[in-house]
Amino acid sequence: MSDVKSKIREVLAARGGFPGGIEALGDQSDLYAAGLSSFASVQIMLALEEAFDLEFPDSLLNRKTFQSVDAIAGAVQGILDGAPAAE
Amino acid sequence: MNAPASTSLAERAGRVAAVAAAHADDVDIKSRFPREAVDAMRLERLFSVQIANNLGGEDATISDVAEICSLIGQSCASAAMVFAMHHIKLSSLVSHGSESDWHRTFMRRVADEQLLLASATTEGGIGGNLRNSICAIEVNGADCHLEKDATVISYGEYADAILITSRANAEAASTDQVMTAFTKDQYTLERTQVWDTLGMRGTCSDGYLFKGDAPAVQILPKPFAEIAAQSMLATSHLLWSAVWYGIAVNAMARAQSFVRAAARKSPGAPPPGALRLAEASSLLQLLKSNIIAGLREFEAAKADHDRLSSIGFAVAMNNVKIGSSETILIIINHAMLVCGILGYKNGTPYSLGRHLRDAHSAQLMISNDRILGNTSNLLLVHKQDTSLMG
Ligand SMILES: Cc1cc2nc3c(=O)[nH]c(=O)nc-3n(C[C@H](O)[C@H](O)[C@H](O)COP(=O)(O)OP(=O)(O)OC[C@H]3O[C@@H](n4cnc5c(N)ncnc54)[C@H](O)[C@@H]3O)c2cc1C
Repeated sequence: MSDVKSKIREVLAARGGFPGGIEALGDQSDLYAAGLSSFASVQIMLALEEAFDLEFPDSLLNRKTFQSVDAIAGAVQGILDGAPAAE
Repeated sequence: MNAPASTSLAERAGRVAAVAAAHADDVDIKSRFPREAVDAMRLERLFSVQIANNLGGEDATISDVAEICSLIGQSCASAAMVFAMHHIKLSSLVSHGSESDWHRTFMRRVADEQLLLASATTEGGIGGNLRNSICAIEVNGADCHLEKDATVISYGEYADAILITSRANAEAASTDQVMTAFTKDQYTLERTQVWDTLGMRGTCSDGYLFKGDAPAVQILPKPFAEIAAQSMLATSHLLWSAVWYGIAVNAMARAQSFVRAAARKSPGAPPPGALRLAEASSLLQLLKSNIIAGLREFEAAKADHDRLSSIGFAVAMNNVKIGSSETILIIINHAMLVCGILGYKNGTPYSLGRHLRDAHSAQLMISNDRILGNTSNLLLVHKQDTSLMG
């Protein structure tokens, strides 16, 4: 899981556009409050699909999935484990 | 002030529409507020229909409100747009304010006093990119203060309250926004721009420097990102579309009566405009289906916050707006071709100038290019629903 999170943080650092930098944010910090726009969240999703070689099912394409590093990690891990949230 | 309980929403809206129709040309020519129609809305207590029963409203659905928008839109698009924008603001209060004492009490006031709500999202330097703000609200203890260069506030001067967006605090990112309800006694408006436009002239959407001071409890308790995604964007696209549909319906009605009059004069020979009218009829049906599908999607998603925040839902609502704002122009233009010079001229039973001018606002009211840009980003990840029946 920590590998997953550090990879996610790399993606967020490259694409997130967080004014204070991703390093300043905890795993549970609200990414939207930190400046994540819905446009950027789509870009991040694409980058994650590329980085982890996976595809987000429609059921995970919502605001909650990108709320925090932990939430993203939960979603990514779920897909990697082959058990995405009910599709 | 109670409207007779026995009359239906459609009958009440019909009475407002009749008043709106009587003054529509004057409102347009003078670019003045449609006060007769707005007074009639108050008299029929239409400003509170969407509010919950237990707060003095009637629990009307968004489809009920859309029907009223369309009925009034057939008479006077400016009056209908005032009504639509009021209910768009109200939808955010209803969806996101029911857990806050201040906002519950305020909704009761809206119902009791039939208050008119206006909107200030557009900002100098930002334009229609409403999910960004430059201005920031300052919270000092129990109070808040906000100044905003609001370049377009429809009927700002005539509103009883303004719901206005800003950054959540001076340090907040431009997308970290809140929405606050200020009542008329809590703000000043200094006019910076005059609304002298091609159409929608009666919305009186002047620009103002807004300065407000209010108790901080008037800030809606949810991030504006959620409010936008879950109520405001969807209800905007749906209720605007309902108004625009109303404009197109009336244009179609005028063209149809033109063709009918011609057919009566020369029975047996189909009038030259008849084919074009048939084309317009097909487009009008497409427009109507598009809006109805959007309303159904919204009603179904309302109970499910995940669905409301999903990419598929955002794409669907964006598509409703793009589809209706583009289609009305084709329909009204068809109607104009059918009616010929009598449609082009002002003051005939077939005049379509006002319709066409009003309809041209639709593509700009949050620029379609902006919306298409947003949709095209979402489509990078959204999986298409390939079923016919959803
Ligand atoms: C009848 C009417 C009533 C209104 N009432 C209100 C109101 O009560 N309150 C309120 O706050 N606002 C109101 N508005 C404003 C409206 O909601 C939009 O914000 C406004 O029309 C956008 O203004 P703009 O075209 O100057 O700005 P922009 O959105 O900045 O657009 C300017 C141009 O730049 C282009 N453009 C800019 N950014 C992009 C992008 N990212 N992608 C693609 N193209 C882009 C667009 O093609 C557009 O033509 C009203 C507008 C109308 C027409």
